[in-house]
Amino acid sequence: MIEAVGLTKRYGDKTAVHNLSFQVRPGAVTGFLGPNGSGKSTTMRMILGLDNPTAGHVTISGHPYRKLPNAARHVGALLDAKAVHGGRTARNHLLSLAQLSGIPARRVDEVLGVVGLQDVARRRSKGFSLGMGQRLGIAAALLGDPQVLLFDEPVNGLDPEGILWVRNLMKALAAEGRTVFVSSHLMSEMALTADHLIVIGRGQLLADMSVQDFITANSAGFARVRTPDTEPQLREKLTSALTEAGGHVLPEQDGALRVTGLPLPRISDLAHEAGVRLWELSPHQASLEEAYMRMTQGAVDYRSTADQKAGLQQPLPPGAQPPMPVPGQGQPGWYAPPPPRQGAPGPAPAGPYGAPGAAGAGTANPYAQPVPPQTTPAEPAAAPAPSPSPSADPTTPEDAR
Amino acid sequence: MTAARVVRSEWTKIRSVASTVWTLSVAVVVTVALGMLISALTNHEFATMPDRDRLSFDPTFISFAGMSLGQLAMIVFGVLVVANEYSTGMIRTSLAAVPQRGTFLSGKIAVATLLALAVSLATSFVAFFAGQAMLGAHGTSLGEPGVLRAVIGGGFYMTLIAVFSMGVAAMLRSPMLSLGVLMPFFFLISNILGNVSATEKIGRFLPDQAGSKVMRVVTPVDDDTPYGPWGGLGIMLLWVIAALVGGYLMLERRDA
Repeated sequence: MIEAVGLTKRYGDKTAVHNLSFQVRPGAVTGFLGPNGSGKSTTMRMILGLDNPTAGHVTISGHPYRKLPNAARHVGALLDAKAVHGGRTARNHLLSLAQLSGIPARRVDEVLGVVGLQDVARRRSKGFSLGMGQRLGIAAALLGDPQVLLFDEPVNGLDPEGILWVRNLMKALAAEGRTVFVSSHLMSEMALTADHLIVIGRGQLLADMSVQDFITANSAGFARVRTPDTEPQLREKLTSALTEAGGHVLPEQDGALRVTGLPLPRISDLAHEAGVRLWELSPHQASLEEAYMRMTQGAVDYRSTADQKAGLQQPLPPGAQPPMPVPGQGQPGWYAPPPPRQGAPGPAPAGPYGAPGAAGAGTANPYAQPVPPQTTPAEPAAAPAPSPSPSADPTTPEDAR
Repeated sequence: MTAARVVRSEWTKIRSVASTVWTLSVAVVVTVALGMLISALTNHEFATMPDRDRLSFDPTFISFAGMSLGQLAMIVFGVLVVANEYSTGMIRTSLAAVPQRGTFLSGKIAVATLLALAVSLATSFVAFFAGQAMLGAHGTSLGEPGVLRAVIGGGFYMTLIAVFSMGVAAMLRSPMLSLGVLMPFFFLISNILGNVSATEKIGRFLPDQAGSKVMRVVTPVDDDTPYGPWGGLGIMLLWVIAALVGGYLMLERRDA
């Protein structure tokens, strides 16, 4: 059991972690999610007594790490896979750690076998690939057969086979009743591995809930509806009919409509009543990645802008939009910032369910409740690529509600 | 208990990297070879030496002439033993295993110091005998008064140079920064301060200037150094203790 209470870390005037309180329970894999620079590693270092918190405290099994009896046998950690002396062989690296923790040398060969590095045990680790380095780091964490395990980005650099292995290893460790705390910036990976999620952004707690709850709360379905491209007035007609019936309609990049709040048969009936033919009516699930991105949107420190290739390309004809991926069809990146337009460097479009960004930092789940429609039914049907977001700033809630 | 574990682990660490062998063997070879060369040259020029220099002629000290360069390799050894832990990031893994930072640092420094002491004592004796062989008739022997003290003291001197570097590296953490401070200091600055008459009185209290006094058997003419051979080594020891305490405080207080 890891317990953090009001954990805060400041470096000068930069706050890396702010008032973070959470518990990591035994017998489950707890995913620790957040964008790059959100304070995950700092928190991990504070848990291990390497960095002193500016305020608050964190304990493992009731003790601060530096007062923990036999810390090395109780807690195992992978912080940084590159933190090895490249001139030392894998076996000697682990042997020195085993001796430091009072662990017999034969355990070194055991863990080398567990992580699959037995064949390169006597090779210097400077020749290791990133994936091999991760395996070596995991071996070091497993050395003391600890009850509490911390892994900082364990799947970085691993091949699919390695990722699957890590996933199963985490689950197996948790099934044995151990406390497993895994950080990642990949929601998709955590959805498969973790039982519980702690999400932070800019050093603050955004969510602390079970993966099941997260999925239920965040993966509301929607319907994609497409009217004949050749008759824009049908699209307009359907939009108003659906909105009147209580649905929420959002235009999509390719001219289709994204409808929430109405079941598929009802949409079909409404279209029939309005005399609108449909080219597409399909059920969709919003991905967890998307929900996570929305949650952390306001808390991303390093945001890329589109490469405008100024001077390298012919300017696009006026009114034309750069090609965009079709939303809601599995592309992980569709919610990423749209290409900036002149004078409006707006970040990503607001989510289809309303609340953008991390406006709800601190509240349990700002995305659970439905949000009233935010587009007027009179969305000009002629525009093939409508404005993605009425709100330019993701940190301010929309006034529509 | 924990201390024994740290010592065993540190021994594994120190013997499993190539830099240990390289730095220590360079220290031995350079100290002995340069000492032999200078001893041979001195032997050759003894006949033409002015009387004043003949009065101050110290065959024991001449055979240690290679230490001015050989000590630089000892500095590299001392710096790498400690600062590699930081540059690789191993320090976090180590301190997660041994949260008692004082125990960890003292175990690490104890192992490296004992190894440096063994190598330094051997170097000192080899450099002495090789130097005397080159000096031929002008040489001295271990039986002469003060000579054995100077030879053993030479081993201590080299060891303390390495330990001082470990303390500085524990304070500065970066190998490049530590070497960038220590190398020019011991190779240039200390020598300049010790040889310019205005700063001589301060310069002789610097660690290497004070410590090297232990290797002298014959006191130079009109030498007014206010301390003896062991006193000089004591001053050096104080410097080393200060560096180690500084390193310990940095490790204890700062985030790893």
